Amino acid sequence: MSMQTPLGRVRGLGPARSGTSHFWWQRLTAVANIFLTLFLLFSIVFHIGDDYSAVRAYLGSPFVSIGLMLFILSVVFHMYLGFKVIVEDYVQHEGLKILFLMGNVFFSIFIGFACLFAVLKLSFGG
Amino acid sequence: MAKYRNPADRPLSPHLQIYRFTMTMMMSIAHRISGAVLYFGTFLLAWWLIAAASSERYFNEVNGFFGSNIGRFILLGYSWALIHHMLGGMRHLLWDTGAGFEKKTLDILAWGTLIGSVLLTILVWFLAYWARGHL
Repeated sequence: MSMQTPLGRVRGLGPARSGTSHFWWQRLTAVANIFLTLFLLFSIVFHIGDDYSAVRAYLGSPFVSIGLMLFILSVVFHMYLGFKVIVEDYVQHEGLKILFLMGNVFFSIFIGFACLFAVLKLSFGG
Repeated sequence: MAKYRNPADRPLSPHLQIYRFTMTMMMSIAHRISGAVLYFGTFLLAWWLIAAASSERYFNEVNGFFGSNIGRFILLGYSWALIHHMLGGMRHLLWDTGAGFEKKTLDILAWGTLIGSVLLTILVWFLAYWARGHL
């Protein structure tokens, strides 16, 4: 049992002036996601079953590409924030927690870059 | 890093199993589960986009999977999770303004999230089949 007082334990580990940052970005991306998700849903609904060239033409057109990339950015940031909370809530083991927190960043960034790359390739051809 | 005390040394708050199930509680849990589902579901979007950016043959292959019964079932679940999470999130945005905390309102919002998500999911799929002329 440590002789340190509770105050001594938290001193120096207190707020770094970023306490509301997670909340703010979580809500900001949430609002953006409403509109971007509706755009994606309509895009998919009205292009389901299209053949390859039609899908390429649609996904590669400027405004659709921009919309898709905004969707990807907003969603990936939102899901990174959300999954971080899930890990912090449920993973008790310190080492595992750090592993999952890192994995969360890697997975989110990987998905984000994979989607962005695909959209850019569709836009710029090749 | 702070040292943990043995959890048994301190009083612990009771966990889920001790509470009576309420609709608000169920929707809170569903919001988190749907969020986690969507998290891993982004893999499907990435897969599909990569396929579209790859080749016609691969795109048709991936589209064939999504068009199969299993694929449609997965997409049905995915779209339901997406819409449920969206409505649940709107509920949270409303609460952020300080409104909607009356007990009656909470129950209406919770049921509205569930029923609304089912109805909207049906609507989206109806539109998709209708747009293809399959209705």
